[in-house]
Amino acid sequence: MDNKIRMKARDVNFYYGTAQILNGINLDIFANNVTAIIGPSGCGKSTFIRLLNRMHELVPNARLEGSITLDGSDIMADAVDPVEIRRKVGMVFQKPNPFPKSIFENIAYGLEINGTRNKQFIEDKVVESLKKAVLWHEVEKRLHDSALRLSGGQQQRLCIARCLAIEPEVILFDEPCASLDPISTHKVEELILELKKVYTIVIVTHNMQQAARVSDHTGFFYMGKLVEFGRTEDIFTRPREKRTEDYITGRFG
Amino acid sequence: MNRRIKEKIIEGFFFLNGIIVIGILVGIFVILVRNAWPAFHDVSIGDMIRWPNWNPDAYTTPTYGVLPMLMSTLMVTLGSLAVAVPVGIGAAAYLSDVASPRVREIAKPVVEILAGIPSVVLGFLGIVLVGPMICKLTGRYNGLNAVNGSILLAVMALPTIISLSEDALGSVPRSYEEASLALGANKWQTVINVKIPAAASGILAACMLGMGRAIGETMTVLMATGNAAEFPGSFLGPVKTMTATIAIELGEVAYHTTHYYMLFVVGLMLFIITFFINLAADVFFHKHTRAH
Repeated sequence: MDNKIRMKARDVNFYYGTAQILNGINLDIFANNVTAIIGPSGCGKSTFIRLLNRMHELVPNARLEGSITLDGSDIMADAVDPVEIRRKVGMVFQKPNPFPKSIFENIAYGLEINGTRNKQFIEDKVVESLKKAVLWHEVEKRLHDSALRLSGGQQQRLCIARCLAIEPEVILFDEPCASLDPISTHKVEELILELKKVYTIVIVTHNMQQAARVSDHTGFFYMGKLVEFGRTEDIFTRPREKRTEDYITGRFG
Repeated sequence: MNRRIKEKIIEGFFFLNGIIVIGILVGIFVILVRNAWPAFHDVSIGDMIRWPNWNPDAYTTPTYGVLPMLMSTLMVTLGSLAVAVPVGIGAAAYLSDVASPRVREIAKPVVEILAGIPSVVLGFLGIVLVGPMICKLTGRYNGLNAVNGSILLAVMALPTIISLSEDALGSVPRSYEEASLALGANKWQTVINVKIPAAASGILAACMLGMGRAIGETMTVLMATGNAAEFPGSFLGPVKTMTATIAIELGEVAYHTTHYYMLFVVGLMLFIITFFINLAADVFFHKHTRAH
């Protein structure tokens, strides 16, 4: 059964200067689902998910056409503060990027900048977030050590915990396992499956097996276009498009 | 064979250049120490510290207390940092994170031109502009004092602080900034809470180098601070820094007198102070480059 639609992209065209990166994207993101975005390098998949929390605005000369909605309201409207969108739509990046602060401070940061002053609340939230990100038992005795001393996999789970602390509704993962070893990758994937019970998840991945393992829906991007979108089992067993089939069977890309 | 000789000659040439720089540094240090040394026969270190003033021309017993000028230098330097550090970091943050590329293209060269203003011109401005302003604001008759010197030295230290702090902020990985913004922080929260702390060691190095410039500066303070040879009473009173003392007195002192040697002691002190400040800046700077 399909859940309700949480985010919706309609006729999205995206340009950097004069170069068109995305061309007529229509895509629905279902609540409490994992939506995987796959495609070869440079197909626009990372660009696409960065639109979903307006991170594209950091780049000068970016221009967007079409609409993207979150629960029915346009997130790109001028009156909407991108800061508000980013609190609702969190993001985990390709390379783990904890701040050069302690583990505790990394998580507390998001709460503090959002105006939380209550120390007890922050402490509780740090513990809760670390537990949700299945990192608590590994770091409970060294919360005040530098986050940079953690392993790559632990750093990535810390980044997930940091994201969870501000209670987003949607979490975007931009190739979260690209720089992780297989065991850390497995932990992050398990975590994603656990998180989808509460959150709506979008994941960009290069790894087709990963998309097949964790996602409910898959979109295949190629040269700035969404070639095919559907249930993951359909995409991987009975793709409608020849290009999708060629890509997932490894004939190109 | 011919080629190898050529290589050797070129290598030797560059080696020589490197040695010359080190030689000059060591030479300066040796001359300072040799000329300062006899002073310690005539005046004990204890007296230098204990004497409340520097009065080499006294009729009966001349005194060579270094504390007043040390204090003066310290006041003017710290005063200049109090102005230059906040302004400098603010300007650096503006240039690296807020200014449009076009504004940056104009502002950066302007900052560098500021570094090229001759110190005598700044001293002149201290006399005709800053001094009278201080008089008006405080109701004093004399505007040549520590505050005046501090403001001018701040102007001199600013280019160093701005341009090095901006480099430090620019070398903070973009991923930190993205992480902060993705958590719903705005631009200022990101700069203040993430970028400046991440660039702290580089910014500290920038401030140390700015401080090194301020301590060694002579002409500006000579012109703007009043040069009263007494223990500095307040920031609004005249002060006579170490550099100003040497510049004023060395031209008129009789050679190989205690006074002459004492001026070298002051020079040696300055040398040691700036050496350690630059060393500290270097340590912070390497800490910064290694971190990123």
